[in-house]
Amino acid sequence: MTLFSSKNGQLLLGPLSKNNAILVQILGICSALAVTAKMEPALVMGISVTVVTALSSVLLSLIRDIVPTRVRIIVQLVIVSMLVIIIDQLLKAFAYDVSKQLSVFVGLIITNCIIMGRIEAFALANRPWPSLLDGIGNGLGYALILLIVAFFRELLGSGTLFGVPVIPDLFYRWGYSNNGLMILPPMALILVGIVIWVHRAKNKDLIEQQ
Amino acid sequence: MNKEGNRYTFLFSVVMVLVVAIVLTLVSTGLQPRQNANVENEKRQNILSSVKVNVSREASAGAFDTYITRQIVVNSRGEEVAGDAFAIDMGKEMKKAPAERLLPVFIARVNGETKYIFPTRGTGLWGPLWGYVSLNEDKNTIFGAVFDHKGETPGLGAEITHEEFRSQFDGKQIFEGDKLVAVRVEKGGKAAGPHEVDAISGGTITSKGVEAMLLDNLTCYESFLRQTLP
Repeated sequence: MTLFSSKNGQLLLGPLSKNNAILVQILGICSALAVTAKMEPALVMGISVTVVTALSSVLLSLIRDIVPTRVRIIVQLVIVSMLVIIIDQLLKAFAYDVSKQLSVFVGLIITNCIIMGRIEAFALANRPWPSLLDGIGNGLGYALILLIVAFFRELLGSGTLFGVPVIPDLFYRWGYSNNGLMILPPMALILVGIVIWVHRAKNKDLIEQQ
Repeated sequence: MNKEGNRYTFLFSVVMVLVVAIVLTLVSTGLQPRQNANVENEKRQNILSSVKVNVSREASAGAFDTYITRQIVVNSRGEEVAGDAFAIDMGKEMKKAPAERLLPVFIARVNGETKYIFPTRGTGLWGPLWGYVSLNEDKNTIFGAVFDHKGETPGLGAEITHEEFRSQFDGKQIFEGDKLVAVRVEKGGKAAGPHEVDAISGGTITSKGVEAMLLDNLTCYESFLRQTLP
């Protein structure tokens, strides 16, 4: 089996669109609403979730044959929390400002349904390499949607991208003002809804039959 | 050994927990010095920011020595006592009986004027709030204030850290006549007068937390504040 066979490629790329965790499986919505007011925390959250999903999938896949079935959920929880704590500690040491911005959400990575969902559905039944690809793919699919939503929320809500002002002062003098509603969580839900709508309009096979 | 038996399950769990515990201990002890340095530099940065000296976290250690001329510890009667002001955890002091509290005061010299900086500690909606308030030489007029929090809601309560909220405190007076009132937080743009600021919409509980924090903490310093009052 080659490392990047078409089947493996599908594991990596599928979750970016047709098998996207947020858009199609509607997983990981809570954190998608919470950290998308600005692009920077969205990016860091996306990377963190990708790292945690990838590493936990590999670890669980490596020990899948020795994990007793009855306590497998607890084992998953312990491994995922360990990775989350390590990420939290690393952020506090090397990216202190970002760790402050993400504050409670780092700890909440563990509650992200995508991670346990992928372990339970994929990693426990597959070899480490496909599990790694599956984990990275799903993490990136999550990060992609976070960035799309954060792009519109930050642009329209704060007039900045990654903290850099992009809307010219001239506009503000003409009477343009930032939309404060964009900063609040409800707009994230509406934006995710719009993204799902556009996505399904482009991929008609995802629309449920009546 | 039977993989689904009780003995194996117990053994597996014990080994797994031990391995995870060792890994976490190593990571935590290894990164601790770096994390502590970040926290201390941020504290210096916050203290300086309350007297409107804005420096990066990396440069805060040097700037702190330049601007902060004295650090003293006072008790509730306003008398100076021995102690390391920077190392004092205001959160722990506020839990003690008022007479036993060790209260740090940082004295800064900015643009030729003396400023008194007081740490504050209180409670918001989700967790602790803290901040630094600087007073002019009259120990009445607020020169600047900074606030920070553990986990207030981003976009709502967390807005207390922003300039728009903080700058409202500039020039406010903490004494109303002869009574220490600190600064009240009023809802919905009604703030008027030298002892009131506007609350954050959607962050009322956090805003009220700031109000209570200022009053509680400045009250501890009341004797010290009155010492040189006219």
